[in-house]
Amino acid sequence: MWELIRANKRKSFILISLMGTVLLLLGYVIGEFYSPGAGFGGMAIAFFVWAGLALLSYYSGDSILLMASKAKEVTHEVHPQLYNVVEEMKIAANLPKMPKIYIINEEAPNAFATGRSPDKAAVAVTAGLLSRLNRDELQGVIAHEIAHINNRDILYVTMSGVMLGAVVLISQVFLRSLWFTGGHSRRYRSRDRNGGGQAQMIMMVVAIAFAILAPIMAQLLYFALSRKREYLADATGARLTRYPEGLASALEKISKGNMQMKSANKVTAPMYIINPLADVKKQFSSWTSTHPPTEERIRILRNMMHGVNYKDYQDAYSKIKGKSDNVIPASGLKDQERIDTRTEGQPAEKTDDKKQKRDLGDLMRKLDQYAFIACACGLRMKVPPEYKKDKVKCPRCGKDNKVPPPELVATASAAAEAVDKSSRKK
Amino acid sequence: MIAALIIIGIIVLAAVFAIGNYNSLVRLRNQVDNAWSQIDVQLKRRHDLIPNLVETAKGYMKHEQQTLENITNARAKAMQADSVADKSAKETELSGAISQFYLVVENYPDLKANQNFLAVQEELTSTENKISFARQGYNDQVLFYNNKIQMFPSNIIAGMFNFGKRDFFEIEDETERDVPRVSFD
Repeated sequence: MWELIRANKRKSFILISLMGTVLLLLGYVIGEFYSPGAGFGGMAIAFFVWAGLALLSYYSGDSILLMASKAKEVTHEVHPQLYNVVEEMKIAANLPKMPKIYIINEEAPNAFATGRSPDKAAVAVTAGLLSRLNRDELQGVIAHEIAHINNRDILYVTMSGVMLGAVVLISQVFLRSLWFTGGHSRRYRSRDRNGGGQAQMIMMVVAIAFAILAPIMAQLLYFALSRKREYLADATGARLTRYPEGLASALEKISKGNMQMKSANKVTAPMYIINPLADVKKQFSSWTSTHPPTEERIRILRNMMHGVNYKDYQDAYSKIKGKSDNVIPASGLKDQERIDTRTEGQPAEKTDDKKQKRDLGDLMRKLDQYAFIACACGLRMKVPPEYKKDKVKCPRCGKDNKVPPPELVATASAAAEAVDKSSRKK
Repeated sequence: MIAALIIIGIIVLAAVFAIGNYNSLVRLRNQVDNAWSQIDVQLKRRHDLIPNLVETAKGYMKHEQQTLENITNARAKAMQADSVADKSAKETELSGAISQFYLVVENYPDLKANQNFLAVQEELTSTENKISFARQGYNDQVLFYNNKIQMFPSNIIAGMFNFGKRDFFEIEDETERDVPRVSFD
């Protein structure tokens, strides 16, 4: 396991250094463009832009991401099954601490993990995911996310995402300033003085070309980095749950309900289990995609026939892709210990669409602190937190029901959670 | 003089070696204990959940008193077990009684739809999963530790300071038996 993480680090290090080179070269070229000899100054500026962004994302990247996606932290009480499944995977992966759990109030099914190290990790899933998947499928998705945490993917994806951001930022600022000043920088004056026109001319062409190309190169590197990691996370996920079919059928369901997420963008996309931006057709353009084609991931998982160790995943991968490049680092393939797949958990109950919609609605309201009141006649009322009166009339039998004050709604769930925790400590 | 120095050198080397070995044995034993406590927590939680399950099911299953009694008895026995080997056996029995119960539940659709029952069932399922995931880690640690105390030269130190062999924890369950999987791609 540790071998695997180390091999992973090495590979990411190479990719990240390549991206860093692109960034520094960009700084150099732009510096040279503005005044010959200032290339290293430009490099330094590019480096500081990156370092500033990197520090910011290292210390608060996870909270920024969670905030941007409007995720809400939940406890065992809000969704017992989700909490339990995360705890199971925490035990299976031997994480030092229970990750924080968030639910995103969105109907598109998706999930992501964040946090710079395994003891500061968080897992977020959308409400739509919870209403669509059964227990085994949810377990597969969570295992995939925990695998990202365990393989230290998050740190690298964040760091390189920030680097991509820096490259885009610098080249945009440069190209725009060129536009507004019409290229009348010191370059022209210096040319008049020393007459080294040709070299300057070439410099300008190089600078503009590089400013246009650098973001593209950085993006391709970024995507290459994240695609490999998706396969590896699938392999680790299958190993953790010992049930590849769970993840496979979850991926199938998620890609069928393919909807664009409102709260995702191109840089945060690699964090999600399935690209939150692509429509179905786009998933097949492989070069500019953050995720491997979903259909391929499903087929690989379904072809793991002999067991669920890393070697089995690699074999299935080679068979499906028809080529033998290693998706699992060589050290992981030494893992010859046979791990059998387990059988299906509880038989998947068939929930009809209507019930699914209702569950989803209830969950979202729970997150928004609605009060749930059961009337004596059997009707269940959902009262929004904006409702200020202390009584509500039951629309069916006309009886007045008391509305608990909003503080009480919040504390009631907190209290239930506390009771639950104490019972589990015993 | 030189002979004395050589002897002292050998004694010092042996002492350093023994201390290093002793420390690594202690570390391994602690890791085994730690991994065991992970399982133990979940076993206790399972014992805590069962009265809840039986209580919920009682009202619906008037004709299945025997099944319910089996669970209660298996639980009582499992709670008294103290060694790992004994727990393995008793917990296996309890798992068997619970799967028997789930088979019977299929005939009671009302019970299956009961919110309370679903909640307990979810907790119980999760606890069983946690036991099986924690078991993997524990058994790996035990294998590591047992190898160390049986292999030369650490077996000498292990023998001197009474490092005993540890038992594996096995729960055999119908659902865990190897089923050949066929794929038609």
